[in-house]
Amino acid sequence: MTSTTTASTDRPAVPRRPARKPRRPLRFRLSRIAAWAVLVLLMAGTLLPFYWILRTAFSTNSALFTGDQSVLPAEPTWVNFRRVLGLASPEEVRAAGGSGAELQFWLYLRNSVVFATLVTVGQVTCCAMAAYAFARLHWRGRDAVFYLFLSTLMVPPIFVLIPNFVLLSEVGLLDTFAGLAAPYFFMTPFMVFFLRQFFLGMSSELEDAARMDGAGHPRIFLRICVPVMAAPLTTAAILAYVMAWNEFMWPLVAGSDPSVRVLTVGLSAFRSGQPQAAPDWTGLMAATVLGALPVVLLFLAMGRRIVDSIRFTGLK
Amino acid sequence: MSERWQRVRHHPGAVAALFLLPAGFGFVVFYLWPAIRALWMSFTDYNVLRGSGDWVGLQNYQDLAADPLFWHSMRVTALYVVLNIGVQTALALAMAVMMDRLTRSALVRGVLVLPWLIPQVVVGLLWLWMLDPRLGVVNHLLDWVGIGGQDFFGSPAQVIPTLAGVNTWRFVGYTALLIFAGLQMIPRHLYEAAALDGAGEWRTFWRVTLPLLRPVLALVLVLSVVGSFQVFDLVQVATGGIGGQPGGPANSSLVIYVYIFRHAFNFNNAGYAAAMSAVLAVLLAAVTFFIMRGLRGSRSDLA
Repeated sequence: MTSTTTASTDRPAVPRRPARKPRRPLRFRLSRIAAWAVLVLLMAGTLLPFYWILRTAFSTNSALFTGDQSVLPAEPTWVNFRRVLGLASPEEVRAAGGSGAELQFWLYLRNSVVFATLVTVGQVTCCAMAAYAFARLHWRGRDAVFYLFLSTLMVPPIFVLIPNFVLLSEVGLLDTFAGLAAPYFFMTPFMVFFLRQFFLGMSSELEDAARMDGAGHPRIFLRICVPVMAAPLTTAAILAYVMAWNEFMWPLVAGSDPSVRVLTVGLSAFRSGQPQAAPDWTGLMAATVLGALPVVLLFLAMGRRIVDSIRFTGLK
Repeated sequence: MSERWQRVRHHPGAVAALFLLPAGFGFVVFYLWPAIRALWMSFTDYNVLRGSGDWVGLQNYQDLAADPLFWHSMRVTALYVVLNIGVQTALALAMAVMMDRLTRSALVRGVLVLPWLIPQVVVGLLWLWMLDPRLGVVNHLLDWVGIGGQDFFGSPAQVIPTLAGVNTWRFVGYTALLIFAGLQMIPRHLYEAAALDGAGEWRTFWRVTLPLLRPVLALVLVLSVVGSFQVFDLVQVATGGIGGQPGGPANSSLVIYVYIFRHAFNFNNAGYAAAMSAVLAVLLAAVTFFIMRGLRGSRSDLA
């Protein structure tokens, strides 16, 4: 992405601005090096904290409490992961400085998976149908209804959190997966907007051809739109999954019971559960690594897709 | 199939209604109806445990206007937003411009956006540990360069700047990517023209890049300011010390979401909480309006 000025230095035969030529390339190169240095520094600043979680998770609490700040794990060990996963014996747990009451990691992990999967399947299906109606169908009042949907983007989540909590308790769905997933299952304004953008960009040739053959809208949607939109629908599913996985405030109020408690809520309780004792940092960091792992794995597998989708989240 | 069914099947309104049925159900039950209900609640003394409330008129709003903690939490939140957005936007803009000039590498963008994908709860715990006054690595480094240890989350004066810093760490890459996407829409020939006219990098940035980026910047600002006002997870997890009440020390990080949450679910004061949420909703709508208006966000100079 070099500009024309550097290109012209390679071919001295066509000097466009000879007066500026001798000085500019060097300054340009230097500023490029400086900019790369800053960028690398920023990337390091982004990644180092992640390294520090890993380093702590592989250390022992006793080594940490002596103030060991070595770059490599202090007294390297797997015991924290084994503790979090419930594979360590009670003696090991006490020796490692953990408390008796451990995080029920497997249960919370299962709950997070159930919650995020339910939300993703429902949200992408329902919002894709809505996006089809908003982008590919022509009906009176379409834009008005779309903007009404979109206007909910402006409502702060806490405003509807209290009534939604009350609603769930009225119908007896508090502390159930159905109740936990319901507010995100049918739609979020973001997802309707996001998918509509893609459906708007779809070419109508295939659609027209199918209609000629007498296909109704359900068939056009299922047999044409869904296959053509496979890539954006996958991206949407990843985003929905990650957002559900990271959700905290709603599961905190609507799913506090351990049987449906998700990882984010479990992790936050892990911290506040031990007011007097010295905090079990290594256990907490091991749990944190495991809690973020699914998202990181998803990211390693589909990173480019997520990164490329970001332009669509806020911009056309 | 009957003729009547055929007619319904091809009537555009009926088809649209069918496709909108699930999302429409969610919209009415979990967005529209709760919004109306929350507004009603704000005029009652609604109690979540009791599951009912009596009409009290404007009482909640009058209480709120006279509640020093409400105004305190608004000030705390505003300080947080200003610090967070100021640093984050400037840094993200610089990052985006650098990426635009240097590389389109998905790896670079991937690394920078990684913290955005991690749960805020995890981010909070991570920094709680890194910034631990006694054992945290940051204080160790500060000692090493001779600045000396800081209290960070434990200090009334430092807790808000610390939270703003942590949130900046989480969001700056994402914000940079949004701006980066906007930069990609600026036609290359404009830069070439500026270079031919002898404009340097600095001048090009102020005269070409920034003006053409204005609509994108307005949108990014709206998204990040509105999001920043609603900080909750991070404060809930990282403040108040181990086992303490979030919002501490001594309410110095009592952001508005935490205060509303406290009234709704700890003090069983849902009516009052609803009134505060309503005020917040109006405030956020006004902020959005003024940003879009101030930056003329809906009109582009590219057209």
